[in-house]
Amino acid sequence: MRLNDCDPEFKHEIAATPGGAGIKACFACAGCSARCPVGGQRPDYDPRRIIRLALMGAREQVLASPLIWLCSSCYTCQEVCPQGVNFTEVLTAIKNLAAKAGQAPPSSKVIARQLAAHGRLLEVGEFENEKRAELGLPPVGECPGDYQAILGRSDAGEGEAA
Amino acid sequence: MRASLFLGCTVPVRNLNYEVSARKVAAALGLELVDNPEYGCCGYPLKAVDQETALAVAARALAQAGRSGLPLVALCSACAGTLMEAAHVLEHDPERLAQVQERLAPLGLAYRPGVKVRHFARFLLEEVGIERIREKVVRPLTEFTFAPHYGCHFLKPGQLSRGFDDPENPTSLARLIEASGARSLDYHALKDCCGGGVLGADEDLAGRLAGGKLIELTRAGVTAMVVICPFCNVMFEGQQKAVAKKLEADIKVPVVYLTQVLGLAMGMSPDELGFKMNRVKAKELLAAFK
Repeated sequence: MRLNDCDPEFKHEIAATPGGAGIKACFACAGCSARCPVGGQRPDYDPRRIIRLALMGAREQVLASPLIWLCSSCYTCQEVCPQGVNFTEVLTAIKNLAAKAGQAPPSSKVIARQLAAHGRLLEVGEFENEKRAELGLPPVGECPGDYQAILGRSDAGEGEAA
Repeated sequence: MRASLFLGCTVPVRNLNYEVSARKVAAALGLELVDNPEYGCCGYPLKAVDQETALAVAARALAQAGRSGLPLVALCSACAGTLMEAAHVLEHDPERLAQVQERLAPLGLAYRPGVKVRHFARFLLEEVGIERIREKVVRPLTEFTFAPHYGCHFLKPGQLSRGFDDPENPTSLARLIEASGARSLDYHALKDCCGGGVLGADEDLAGRLAGGKLIELTRAGVTAMVVICPFCNVMFEGQQKAVAKKLEADIKVPVVYLTQVLGLAMGMSPDELGFKMNRVKAKELLAAFK
């Protein structure tokens, strides 16, 4: 990594994204990395390393990394952080920036399309409601129109949603 | 006592045993769950790529709950967490609130502060109360031991559960299990994440995250693991065989919902509580109710 390739604005951009404000408070104690259950199984996933790279301004390296999508959002790092970095939320900010830069995983488009079509991740049709009725459960509906209206300008589906 | 029931995406399609048992237990406790067929997704699945859209989706549900004037109760921990967090953000960030209102306006909706959001299990403890649950127990489950699985979004971020329970030393589910007369197990992997959050991104990783807890509980020989979230259920029950194969481990852990345990203790039958839909059968438990 060359320092000249780094973008000193990157950390400010993260800090200005909702959830990202805490990143500048990190003093690299690695409490997050020590307790991260994902890191326990995948040593290449290291919250502190992601924070350091972001603070140094390694924009491309961070936003294009498949590792940022491995967070299980268990919030363990957030609970143990003595500095209030809120890494789970910081990473949400980073992932949002990655999605804006066109780096969202393909599954996110599937999710947006499904919500635009059904207002739900899982379709509820006649079959589902019949099964529910057999158990004495009331029918559930779908309001795809509301979701299309909200998703209309989302980075999640890049317009495909609507 | 009344509450607006938010079912989310997974429970009303894939986890009908959870829904059926939650409704039965609520009715037995005098809690009326009011349905709203317009509720859809809570917004959580969008958060990673676009948290502002996720917030607007969550605000839609909050605005609808606001119209009813009732507290919103969710069965899924991801729904409960997402909606609680959204209410918190909208009450503290006027700028994001204004953006959300703009996106809700075309739907004829507006967010009004003051909507109380609770996970069903938390609602039971805080609003119904452990005493009332104990009063309804007619068949104490004294001979059984359950392992609570809190999951992550039930108590975290801790900011949202302050004054209710401590995510680092949780006791709330244990208290609910013990109200049934059963023993609640304290175990090493108690706070481990189910891995459900990464199932879509890396199935192998998700299975490894679930595996530690399943292996420990197989060795401990519990009656069942008790869950309160459909995603945790996917990992521990739905993926159990796949996890055992992947890790080449001896794994067999029945998985039940908290509401099924409470229902049994309240005198309901396994059939009424949807036990037929549980895939890893809690044989020891069911044998006592034949």
